[in-house]
Amino acid sequence: MAHVPFEYGLFLAAALFLVGLVGVLVRRNLIFVLASIEIMLNAAGLAFVVAGSRWGHADGQVMFIFVLSMAAAEVAVGLALALLFRRAFGSLDVDAASRMRG
Amino acid sequence: MTAVFYIAGAVALISTLLVITRRNTIHALLLLVISLLAVAVVFYSLGAPFVAALEVIVYAGAIIVLFLFTVMLLNVGRQAEGDEPGRLRAAHWLAPGLLAGVLLALLAIAIASGPSAQVGARAVGPAEVGAALYGPYAIGVELASTLLLAALIGARHLGQRQREADLGTVTAAATTPAPAGPAGEPPAELVTAGAPASAAGDDPSVTGSPGDDEPAPAGRPVRFWRKDDV
Repeated sequence: MAHVPFEYGLFLAAALFLVGLVGVLVRRNLIFVLASIEIMLNAAGLAFVVAGSRWGHADGQVMFIFVLSMAAAEVAVGLALALLFRRAFGSLDVDAASRMRG
Repeated sequence: MTAVFYIAGAVALISTLLVITRRNTIHALLLLVISLLAVAVVFYSLGAPFVAALEVIVYAGAIIVLFLFTVMLLNVGRQAEGDEPGRLRAAHWLAPGLLAGVLLALLAIAIASGPSAQVGARAVGPAEVGAALYGPYAIGVELASTLLLAALIGARHLGQRQREADLGTVTAAATTPAPAGPAGEPPAELVTAGAPASAAGDDPSVTGSPGDDEPAPAGRPVRFWRKDDV
């Protein structure tokens, strides 16, 4: 098994999470926004697994499985909404939906 | 195995950076697969082989394939690249990148100030994870299954509403009797019969109303499939 400091694993998770955050902030294509959210959820799961591995317990992996099922549910609904978005606005640019109706 | 952690971590970070800077959606999603596989290798090197397999099967295998199917369904090849005119210039990345860098520095300081420890000293196999999953975390498994069921129904409902909106516009043409009027100009009563259906299908406020799922009122044309839908 790897013998790396606990901090490096957490730092990798934090860096991946912030890359996903920058993706959400900068990109305007809805598919890229959803993919960036997936990156952030994956990074959160990585932090759980690293913490579970540091104590040698299974709890971190169990929490990762919950994060995984949550990400699967989120992406199913999100992509269905992307289909509706494309139909309603004719593009995937989230700026097209920046005004409320009424 | 220690070197494996560093190499896979670097691959994950670089490929994730490439994901959010691509113009082409398919390229970005394939790079995301590389990133997820690298994270799976990190899991394996940390002594968590079960979630490494789950990462490959569920994330890279199911979720990204769902993304790819959606991109194919939306048919956004060249048009999506033009959707973000000038958005990929450096000026747009400056402020979010700077703020994220500050946050990363703060997180690094916070992480480094904690007590140091070694990670991955002991591998935790699938048997232990399964015992925990169906022991103390059984209620969480039930809640996760409920969440997945809700997502299934929600996704199906969203897809169904779109299909009904399509059908609403079709019914006017489909119920037209062939010999009723001159070709190219539908009779007046068919236009009035089809208009409410198409208006109800296009307006989200109407489709979202509680009466949407009830049977169609009398006088509304019967729905059926368009030929090129099946």
